[in-house]
Amino acid sequence: MPIQYYIYLCLTLFSIGIIGVLTRRNAIIVFMCVELMLNAVNLLLVAFSKMHLATALVADKATKVGTDGQLFVFFIMVVAAAEVSVGLAIIVMLYRNTHSVDINFLNRLKN
Amino acid sequence: MSKLVYLIPLFPLLGFLINGLGRKHLSKSMIGIIGTGSILASFIVSVLVFFDVKATGTSTVVTLFNFIQVKGLLIPFAFQVDQLSVIFLLIITGIGTLIHLYSTAYMHTEEPAHFGRYFAYLNLFIFSMLLLVLGANYVIMFIGWEGVGLCSYLLIGYWFKNNNYNYAAKKAFVMNRIGDLGFLLAVFWLIFKLGTATYSDVFLHVDKLSAFDITAITTLLFVGAMGKSAQIPLYTWLPDAMAGPTPVSALIHAATMVTAGIYMIARTNLLYSMAPGTQTLIAIIGLATAIFAATIALKQNDIKKVLAYSTVSQLGYMFLGLGVGAYTGAVFHVMTHAFFKALLFLGAGSVIHAMHHEQDITKMGGLKKFMPITHITFLLACLAIAGIPPFSGFFSKDEILMAAYAKNPIYYYVGLGGALMTAFYMFRLYTLTFLGGFRGTQAQASHVHESPIAMTFPLIVLAILSVIGGLIGIPEVFAKDAHSLGNFLTPIFAQSAALATEHHLEASQEYLFMGVSTLLIAGIIFYTISSYKKYQSTETENTGLAKLLENKWYIDELYDAIIVKPLNAIAVFFKNIIEKNIIDGGVNGVGKLVSYSSRQIRLLQSGQVGNYVLIMVLAIVVFILIWFNDLTLSYYLNRLFKNA
Amino acid sequence: MSITEILFFFLSALAIGSAIMVLVSKNPVYSVLWLVAVFFAISGHYILLNAQFLAIVNLIVYAGAIMVLFLFVIMLMNLNAHSEPQKNLWMKLAGVISGGCFLMVLVSLVRQANELSNKKALTVEGNIGLIKNLGKVLFNDYVVSFEITSVLFLSAMIGAIVIGKKD
Repeated sequence: MPIQYYIYLCLTLFSIGIIGVLTRRNAIIVFMCVELMLNAVNLLLVAFSKMHLATALVADKATKVGTDGQLFVFFIMVVAAAEVSVGLAIIVMLYRNTHSVDINFLNRLKN
Repeated sequence: MSKLVYLIPLFPLLGFLINGLGRKHLSKSMIGIIGTGSILASFIVSVLVFFDVKATGTSTVVTLFNFIQVKGLLIPFAFQVDQLSVIFLLIITGIGTLIHLYSTAYMHTEEPAHFGRYFAYLNLFIFSMLLLVLGANYVIMFIGWEGVGLCSYLLIGYWFKNNNYNYAAKKAFVMNRIGDLGFLLAVFWLIFKLGTATYSDVFLHVDKLSAFDITAITTLLFVGAMGKSAQIPLYTWLPDAMAGPTPVSALIHAATMVTAGIYMIARTNLLYSMAPGTQTLIAIIGLATAIFAATIALKQNDIKKVLAYSTVSQLGYMFLGLGVGAYTGAVFHVMTHAFFKALLFLGAGSVIHAMHHEQDITKMGGLKKFMPITHITFLLACLAIAGIPPFSGFFSKDEILMAAYAKNPIYYYVGLGGALMTAFYMFRLYTLTFLGGFRGTQAQASHVHESPIAMTFPLIVLAILSVIGGLIGIPEVFAKDAHSLGNFLTPIFAQSAALATEHHLEASQEYLFMGVSTLLIAGIIFYTISSYKKYQSTETENTGLAKLLENKWYIDELYDAIIVKPLNAIAVFFKNIIEKNIIDGGVNGVGKLVSYSSRQIRLLQSGQVGNYVLIMVLAIVVFILIWFNDLTLSYYLNRLFKNA
Repeated sequence: MSITEILFFFLSALAIGSAIMVLVSKNPVYSVLWLVAVFFAISGHYILLNAQFLAIVNLIVYAGAIMVLFLFVIMLMNLNAHSEPQKNLWMKLAGVISGGCFLMVLVSLVRQANELSNKKALTVEGNIGLIKNLGKVLFNDYVVSFEITSVLFLSAMIGAIVIGKKD
């Protein structure tokens, strides 16, 4: 499968994530869009790892090139999970204080 | 022996450091001993070096270390020991010792800390002057040259609580700086053209310089000498330098500082001999200064002012000598002048000391019977400066005037006129001070006394030197090869002498000139004494020329009007208009612009996360467009849509 | 058109369509469910790329744990389409345009990139994505990082508790 296809797919998903962040005011949706962007990057990393494997296999049948990329994805998932737990805690906190999840209320630092 | 020459400036430097740093802890007698002793030690070494040079007749360069070493330029910290420098060493340290000794008595009323400061400055002054004279290249000379200027500033402004004295000090410094610029440019020029500032190298490669270079360098050097040696137009600082203590005046006028210019030109004599245009300029400026200052001195009533203008006038004679190629005569006159001018100043100091700081000669008179030693020595000095044979001034002045006649008879006649004026104002000063009846107050009359031994001893020594000092330079007409100073200095001026065409006057002509001038001077002296003996101070205002002379031709006022006032006006203009509006306006404007734009930009910081993200994304887009394409934006877009 | 390609395009269409639905849905609960669909599609891609371990982890961690957490929070707050805050139309337009610009610029960049021409990602072949291989590397080369992640998790847990605590 040509690598460009994967890149286009991931870029599209990533851009959808960006548009979501830009157009929605619900903090939870914004957060979900961030997760979407993370996943797009993950998918791209895996695609690239397989791309490099394809190049390396020509020279060496037993090569393990690309393993690192997939482990990276694993670690990104780990971090994402930690991030979500803290981020959702913050959103709950926000909701408790303002009775809203509107990110426009997150401008208390302005003054 | 010449190897020990570094000791000569070292002693005053040590004296300066000890007195300067320990001035709050040392007693006054201790300070006096250290200050005087250090110069005396230098004097002793100088005498030894002198006899060494006299015996061997060679010039030695003693290199201590390399002062400046860059590619293509090496300036060693070296001392030149030859006939010219040892003569100056003797004058400086010898007279310096006497003046230090004199100062211990003259300044005895000062606070110990100020006393220490005074002696520290004096020692530093001597040190700088020794450096100036000893340096083997123009850069070392310049160090001393600047040091002398600094010390004169410090010493003239020694009584810094009086603001007028501070202004005088500032004036001296600024005038000197104007001259120093000329000196500095000349040194740069030399280094640029020859790549060296060492005397011997410069004189060796003098043929590499074009005629224009030589004229320019010598003229610039002469500008430096004008400032240091108080020639027209930069002389006005010297009379004002009277603000310092009297021994300082003696030091500045006699042994150091003002002779620096003479020394420098005598040292550079070869270049000057090759630049006849500059020589003529020097002769004319020197002669003009001699006459001009003499006319001012005719009508001054301040004892130190008269002496100051007489110094300016005598310096004019020295420059006349340099200008007509009589280098030996100029150096000779420096020497004799150092003796009698130091004597005159120290005598004046003695008078001022006795009169409780009264300096106006119209309020003195009849001091002859109160102060016999001062009187006799002062009289001898007056005779010497007036040029009565066989006192020292006669020989040196005569030598210069004879050389001037040989060059151009007009120089001689004008110079003789100046000499007659010299006789007049000196004896006017002498008569008003020492003869006639006492015109001071009753309180002063009861206190007038002869000065202590520490002050009279230098007077006596200097008086002896003033009387017999001329004997080392007896003219050829009296006895063959009797001019021992001239013979001694021959190696220094040998190259210049080869360039000059000898004009020897007929012996009979020379006798005639000497006789006529002596008679004229003697006549003037008798006329002056008789006319001022019965002087009573009158309150009538002087008119006409006399008033002009009394006010020193209004030169200070003239400088004030044509230089100081416009400069001040420009300064005020810059301060009020340029500084306030343009500089401050610019600085404040930048500040205002920043704070204004910050206020505007602050509005962007809305706290809305969405806005931030939006801007971030747009910025990323723009950066990608710019960075990932080395083509312009339009071209890029063009391609984008064509391919799509 | 091989079966792999058919699967690829199907999964891609599913992912993009679901992602758009995440944005378009008014009700946050629907958004969450659409996002789960996206994650399933991406897991399908992982399987297609023979990255079985990641496919499983993706399902378990994202679709299973994280999205359930989101769902919990939304339900806890009782959010629905009516309480959904709306941006004004111009801001939405600006967001869409700038996102579109971003996509366009990057796509054109990829189209120009000569380095990427004729490069292929192996789909079925290659066994580096198997649990056996990844595990070996993870517990040999990356064991320190792996242990540090556990500390990260611990701190994240404590952080979440501290923040969420009623003070």
